[in-house]
Amino acid sequence: MSLTLASADDPMFGLFRVLTDDGGVSRDSGVDDATLRRMYRELRRLRTLDEKMLIVQRQGRIGFYGEVKGQEATPVATGFALRADDWVFPGLREGAVMLVRGFPLATYVAQCWGNGLDVQKGRQMPSHFSGRAVNQVSWGSCIGPQIPQAVGTAWAMRRQGKDSVAVAFFGDGATSQPDFHNALNLAGVWKAPVVFVCQNNHWAISIPSSAQTAAPTFASKAIAYGMPGVRVDGNDVLAVYCAVRDAAERARRGEGPTLIECVTYRIGAHSSSDDPTRYRDAAEVEAWVKKDPLERFKRFLVARGLHDEAQEVALQADIDAEIRAAIAEAEAAPAVQRATLLEDVYADLPWHLREQAEALARAPVAPAHDAGGH
Amino acid sequence: MRELRYREALREAIAEEMERDDRVFLMGEEVGYYQGAYKVTEGLLERFGTRRVVDTPITEEGFAGIGVGAAMMGLRPIIEFMTWNFSAVAFDQIINHAAKIRQMSGGQFSCPIVFRGPNGAAKQTAAQHSQCWEAFYTHIPGLKVVAPATVADAKGLLKSAIRDANPVLVLEDERLYGLKGEVPDGDHLVPIGLSAQRRDGDAVTIVTWGKMLHVVLPACELLAKEGIECAVFDLRSLRPLDLGPALASIERTGRALVVQESWPYGGVGAEVVDRIQREAFSALKGPVLRVTGRDAAMPYNKHLEELTIPTVDTVVRGVRAVLAS
Repeated sequence: MSLTLASADDPMFGLFRVLTDDGGVSRDSGVDDATLRRMYRELRRLRTLDEKMLIVQRQGRIGFYGEVKGQEATPVATGFALRADDWVFPGLREGAVMLVRGFPLATYVAQCWGNGLDVQKGRQMPSHFSGRAVNQVSWGSCIGPQIPQAVGTAWAMRRQGKDSVAVAFFGDGATSQPDFHNALNLAGVWKAPVVFVCQNNHWAISIPSSAQTAAPTFASKAIAYGMPGVRVDGNDVLAVYCAVRDAAERARRGEGPTLIECVTYRIGAHSSSDDPTRYRDAAEVEAWVKKDPLERFKRFLVARGLHDEAQEVALQADIDAEIRAAIAEAEAAPAVQRATLLEDVYADLPWHLREQAEALARAPVAPAHDAGGH
Repeated sequence: MRELRYREALREAIAEEMERDDRVFLMGEEVGYYQGAYKVTEGLLERFGTRRVVDTPITEEGFAGIGVGAAMMGLRPIIEFMTWNFSAVAFDQIINHAAKIRQMSGGQFSCPIVFRGPNGAAKQTAAQHSQCWEAFYTHIPGLKVVAPATVADAKGLLKSAIRDANPVLVLEDERLYGLKGEVPDGDHLVPIGLSAQRRDGDAVTIVTWGKMLHVVLPACELLAKEGIECAVFDLRSLRPLDLGPALASIERTGRALVVQESWPYGGVGAEVVDRIQREAFSALKGPVLRVTGRDAAMPYNKHLEELTIPTVDTVVRGVRAVLAS
């Protein structure tokens, strides 16, 4: 007798979809028309922002950039699925959740210049976006440490009597880190109100997801931690929206964490320092380009009568203008003040940093120190 | 004044701060039901319940990360490592996150958290249980590091650590947990960043911290019988470092010795020597020397272990070497 591990009906092994290939929906997502239009605008804005910022990076105006191209559905859907009092712990490609949650675009973009408009005061690298005003903590560069931190935040909120949840994002590669195991194990044992969102984009730099795990799906790892897992079409913004919303509601009710695997593809490079043509087959990329989450959602909106080509042109022009203005504002922002260098090391300035601050104030100023560039 | 053991003083500090502030909680392996691997947390689960005293699975990186996340949310975690050696698997959460969140977020988030546990050699527990961690952690801007050597300081420094707005690492010592000493009554707080003079003398100024204080003081008694009187300064706080009183003493003695349990390469002792040579150079009659642990992994073998850690005898010889130079 052979043991059947799973069937396609099982949420951990199937693929949850809302948008059908022909522009229809397989079920009602409960999202009203106005919100559907806003979702599309956010997707298009993020795609356009990425394209512009990559050019800005290639021109040497900022030091680094991590593209989101092809993976926009998950951060955008999550931004719509959460409440304002929920917390977000993004990885490299989910920083834009905070844009959807209302963070000003110019201030967001300024984080790539690290200048006087940057709320992180020029200390964090680009694509590590954070904003206290929208409860978003910056990604920490090492792969995985944000996952237990999200569990700690979720655990603390429940202890404080709140019904807010935390969302932890990470890629398929991060599931190999001890942080992933530590966090999911603790969240399972404590029923912490947290939603784990794994963006399986198939590549951890040059390592394919097949070389990352022998498990049949990333969602199925949930079994080991005693929580539900669901494998979702990560290029279907409504499917991700429904999955995150339902998992968040479940967590709010005190029923514990959920692991969501969003199956997607990194169309662009890992970062501005990477050339994926060295390790990926062009045909594979081309096949995924055809599954573009923006084009799929657009077909649905058009079929529903919410969008057409004239509106597309107008929308794109509106977004281009918004981004152009935001980049201009961010780039023109004043330099971060030299005196801030030793701030925030501690809550107060200890004597040894006071000494160093005095020495810094006396040091000769090179003109470049007060220039606005990154 | 009451006489307590070092572990009881730590327990009082935790209990008083938990009583005072509902945001404070204790988390770690064996801290609750088992009453603590070294019984520091005895009775706390019964007194405060599972909401405030949290037993964890074996996952140092996991619960260090939980603590960091909870601290960002406004709670005041006390994270116990069964020994600081096990913090090695939580290193990233401490040095890349707890220490840097305030800085890298531009002051948007803070991380008021205490990490505590025994540091240094216990007795025949071999290298992976016997390391001194101060050189690793004092290197990191954003962390505060204290090493209480006395029972009163164990209570007073831990209470200050819990109230501090920054991440504070409390390096305790397994060999000191049973130490008896007097503790002032009431809300006893010892400010972080102040050293303490433990002995006066005009021959040599000795700077030390933690368990080594209890090796240095008997050595000074032996030397006193020969008329060699040493001044002894207990750093208490390793970052920020308070060397002012020791430097004032060196102005009188002109001679200085640093005694540390840890390895000789780099570390707190080297930092102390650097500051002395910069700030008291003209007062020095000879080089500043150090008595340190030997530069090898701690052996299990009893005799080899004794050879590795500074003793009363090696400190006496260190003082004589300083006087002879």
